Amino acid sequence: MNGIIEINNLHRRYGETVALRGISLRIKKGEMFGFVGPDGAGKTTTIRIMCGLLNPGEGTVRLFDEDILEKRNVIQKRIGYLSQKFSLYGDLTVDENIEFFAEIHNVTDYKRRRDELLEFTRLKPFRKRLAEKLSGGMKQKLALACSLIHKPEILFLDEPTTGVDPVSRRDFWKILADLIKEKITIVMATPYLDEAERCSRVAMFNNGEIITCDTPDNIKKSIGLMSLEIVCKPIKVAYELLSSEINNDIQLFGDRINVLVKSQGETDSILRILNSGNVEVVDRRLTEPSIENVFMNLIKHRKLNG
Amino acid sequence: MNYSIVAENLTKKFGDFTAVDSVSFKVEKGEIFGFLGANGAGKSTTIRMLCGLLEPTSGDAVVGGFSIMNEPDKVKQSIGYMSQRFSLYNDLTIEENIEFFGAVYGLKGKLLEKRKKWVLEISNLIGKERTLTGDLPGGIKQRLALGVAVIHKPKILFLDEPTSGVDPISRRNFWDLINRFSDEGTTVLVTTHYLEEAEYCNDIILINAGRLIAEGNPQRLKTEYIDGNAFEIETENPVELMDILKKAKFIIDVSIFGKKIHVITKKQFEKPDELENYCTQNEFKIDRITRIVPTLEDVFIHLLEHGSKNAQQN
Repeated sequence: MNGIIEINNLHRRYGETVALRGISLRIKKGEMFGFVGPDGAGKTTTIRIMCGLLNPGEGTVRLFDEDILEKRNVIQKRIGYLSQKFSLYGDLTVDENIEFFAEIHNVTDYKRRRDELLEFTRLKPFRKRLAEKLSGGMKQKLALACSLIHKPEILFLDEPTTGVDPVSRRDFWKILADLIKEKITIVMATPYLDEAERCSRVAMFNNGEIITCDTPDNIKKSIGLMSLEIVCKPIKVAYELLSSEINNDIQLFGDRINVLVKSQGETDSILRILNSGNVEVVDRRLTEPSIENVFMNLIKHRKLNG
Repeated sequence: MNYSIVAENLTKKFGDFTAVDSVSFKVEKGEIFGFLGANGAGKSTTIRMLCGLLEPTSGDAVVGGFSIMNEPDKVKQSIGYMSQRFSLYNDLTIEENIEFFGAVYGLKGKLLEKRKKWVLEISNLIGKERTLTGDLPGGIKQRLALGVAVIHKPKILFLDEPTSGVDPISRRNFWDLINRFSDEGTTVLVTTHYLEEAEYCNDIILINAGRLIAEGNPQRLKTEYIDGNAFEIETENPVELMDILKKAKFIIDVSIFGKKIHVITKKQFEKPDELENYCTQNEFKIDRITRIVPTLEDVFIHLLEHGSKNAQQN
């Protein structure tokens, strides 16, 4: 089966800077697909090429089984794009902003769709409010509603939750879950690795390449490491001690330390080191590594091997 | 105990609106203290008061040994402040920005030179002195902003959403640096929207509508503040399952994580079997169900939506 999005060997430069070095991807209909990775890794460039807003240097992009360069106008009618710096008109009301986007997309009979979207984003009580008077979370939902006015089948979101508070973020995720239920395909870029957990599949970007692409669970299993969480005191002595004695990835979190370990043997030797330094271990447990752990691990290995 | 910040019944009213309502807390010397709340909860107002920039309507706080009511200028001298906007001058070079902020804090001559070197070293920018600040990527700008915020070696550092929009590697380096400052005895008070970052804190307070609704270390918040149990369910059809679970009376909150669902059930509902039975009764197939420790985000949302026992008692 073909994917709703097929990308093959995408390359792109900006002058001297190489932005993409051969990106290939297949995204299926109805997926909640995440692009994660640092700034400048190629996430936004890939999204902009997929939306037909930027030409690839090399390689092909097919959406709905059509080439984006050949059928740009047709494809663009079927996709929605919410960019990092979405632009609403502050001096227009919520209703007027949606109407404006309807006109841009040549949607003439938009009133019913607008009511649906306002219902859906819970913005109905605020429809007469000027956009500039909305809170950050509400602005973001309005921008989302605007990008959905023409009923796109694929929605591209570029860092939609940056700077949004947790309550609004959770609300936003609920709305996205409802979109997925309607079989809309979502591709979302985020610099926050914990948001990857929200996706059905994730592509990790680094330095213009995809370093891994799979479900969050498989990605976590792929490095063959567990996270050993140790609550101990004095915590800073423990952290110094482990940092000097072992080469594992170590993170200090308040009153506990997380160490990536391969085996029970490693756990035992870590506990021995702590014991020898008169550190009192209050509690410990093994958990699966975080997506951030995996990302740091993969990057470190690529540096060593590259 | 040695405290860097002691806030007592801190209150700020703007006309009829109470932005901060009798908030009290203590921050130990050298700890990393997380200050959480939704937008508009009163975080920025509180921080501005603690920095000596805004006079409280009532109550007081002692910051670094000085009262914010009586000696706000001394408070200002003993703290460092960095916000998400980084407040660097884009049309100045890295070196010029450091010199400018050094001068603002009254540093000059040999001491300024020495601190400039130190800032370049901790922010890992040696050799880039003459780069224009506006040309730097977000993560590097953030390191420079942190560097200039501590150029006068403050005892207390306020960080207001310092990592908003910054990439994972830069964030990891940033927290390594914060841990180092804390290790050297600097007290750090940080606000963030990203709750996995709150995990880096020794202690956390959560405020809502100007009032303190929860406090403790991350572990305590996760275990003591949710009046219910958390489960994770794996299934092929999470969206469908979410709809089924939303109808159940014993469910407090449901949220979707890819192919998984996080469920908070009422207290008395504590065995995975019971939840599995409910799914089976509704003819829904699940792959796996496990009881989990709720995430800080689960706790946070729960407290904001359902209130806190402690807040009601107060």
